[in-house]
Amino acid sequence: MSQVWNIARKELSDGLRNRWLLAISLLFAVLAVGIAWLGAAASGQLGFTSIPATIASLASLATFLVPLIALLLAYDAIVGEDEGGTLMLLLTYPLGRGQLLLGKFVGHGLILALATLIGFGCAALAIAVLVEDIELGLLAWAFGRFMLSSTLLGWVFLAMAYVLSSKVSEKSSAAGLALGLWFLFVLVFDLALLALLVLSEGKFNPDLLPWLLLLNPADVYRLINLSGFEGNGNALGVMALGGDLPVDGQLLWVCLLMWVGVPLTLAHWVFLRRPT
Amino acid sequence: MNAVEIKGVSQQYGSMTVLHDLTLSLGEGEVLGLFGHNGAGKTTTMKLILGLLQASSGTVQVLGRNPKDSLVRQQLGYLPENVTFYAQLSGRETLRHFARLKGAPLSQVDELLEQVGLAPAMERRVKTYSKGMRQRLGLAQALLGAPRLLLLDEPTVGLDPIATQDLYQLVDRLRQQGTSIILCSHVLPGVEAHINRAAILSHGRLQAVGSLASLREDAGLPALIRASGLKQSAQLLQRWRAGGHQARSVGIDGIEVVAINGHKLDLLRELLGEGGAQDIDIHQPSLEDLYRHYMDQAQSTQAREGAV
Repeated sequence: MSQVWNIARKELSDGLRNRWLLAISLLFAVLAVGIAWLGAAASGQLGFTSIPATIASLASLATFLVPLIALLLAYDAIVGEDEGGTLMLLLTYPLGRGQLLLGKFVGHGLILALATLIGFGCAALAIAVLVEDIELGLLAWAFGRFMLSSTLLGWVFLAMAYVLSSKVSEKSSAAGLALGLWFLFVLVFDLALLALLVLSEGKFNPDLLPWLLLLNPADVYRLINLSGFEGNGNALGVMALGGDLPVDGQLLWVCLLMWVGVPLTLAHWVFLRRPT
Repeated sequence: MNAVEIKGVSQQYGSMTVLHDLTLSLGEGEVLGLFGHNGAGKTTTMKLILGLLQASSGTVQVLGRNPKDSLVRQQLGYLPENVTFYAQLSGRETLRHFARLKGAPLSQVDELLEQVGLAPAMERRVKTYSKGMRQRLGLAQALLGAPRLLLLDEPTVGLDPIATQDLYQLVDRLRQQGTSIILCSHVLPGVEAHINRAAILSHGRLQAVGSLASLREDAGLPALIRASGLKQSAQLLQRWRAGGHQARSVGIDGIEVVAINGHKLDLLRELLGEGGAQDIDIHQPSLEDLYRHYMDQAQSTQAREGAV
């Protein structure tokens, strides 16, 4: 366990040193505050509108951003050490491959969790202080859920990045594949689902379709953050399918956790088979 | 108990066999030089000892255990060829990181940096280090936790002559303390005085292993004796040539004679006695000569096998 922490603390201090943590936190804070006050500008309003609207806008933005940041943070975790020549040295230390991978995950995961907490936390604090008559309970609940699920979403893509990083032998191919992964889950998946819906002309079992959403962690994340508010009018596109999903919120969380665990296990399996 | 015990190990990469039935051991407190051309199997042998590879057949034991055992890894130091580190960390931070991973006391870090002469540069980022400085940091890394077994892969590459001497002195000191060392190198001159035994690999086969004296005997390579200030060099030359020795005159009163094993002392006696030599120079076959001999032998064996 201490070996895991030794690796994690190096990643964490790297994150502080190259100002990743600072940059991500700042980005999150600026975006969150911006969306909270300017999010309704499209409909001709300025200023804070409501908590559900803010969270919905934040969630759809974070769906793009968080996976990208996680992939950037982790795509070179293994292959980068290999290219840098340190992987072979590390593997001659009393350190298992599983410990190395888990250490990386803990380190990167903490960076993401801290950035989410600091960035979005500051935004939540700003809303609590600056907006009059805000329901503090609802704000804390909604932002807490948003921050937790955003962190989990980031972890999902960290774990996926490790799979790539353990598999490929060059950093550039890891970067390319990571971008492909982002494209697939964040953009292509929903379009493909909609296309399936339209092209099948109702022949596709409509009961099955909402379940397909669970195959995309980004959609699971959005479902978590869009549900739970009264008058769920923000659901657009494939998210409207989520309303038909006969599952409760807890299952969505479990699903997201599985999306962390399965790729991480896969990454371990792939890493164990990586030749040195 | 031997520090390293390799028994009948063969190693295959796909259909290619890179090691053929290698048997090699390293005693406690012994320094073994591992020599060979590129692709001879040196790195593969190192990786087997480090537990980075699983032998296709045969057994490898390190400090009496499986090389993958973390107890073994704690007592093993390794300096990779062309060692590199995290460019953004300072030398001190790098060493502290590796000390934690090795379970070595952090107080050792500054001592080691001092020992390898990096103390003035320890707060600088590794990015700014020269090749020699990186190599010395690598050496400090290998010495973390006072290892019982040290594997040094091309340790002198990038070191200036003084740093190279320092390194060899360190090897001598560690040997006296009982550390077993395997030294892999292309650079042959200078190494011979610091190793107990040499192992010569070629094309995945062990060509020879033993102390320099026994290798010289085995190879039957002659020594070269050069004497000057002789009284009757012409007569001596004539006699030796008649006796079947390879000899030639050097200058006015000098002789160079090839002394095949067993004749060396007789020739010397003659030179000192009747010859009345003023100066005698004996050139023993060096490690380089031995290396060349065994390489030629390996090549001709292979050519013969190829012909059949």
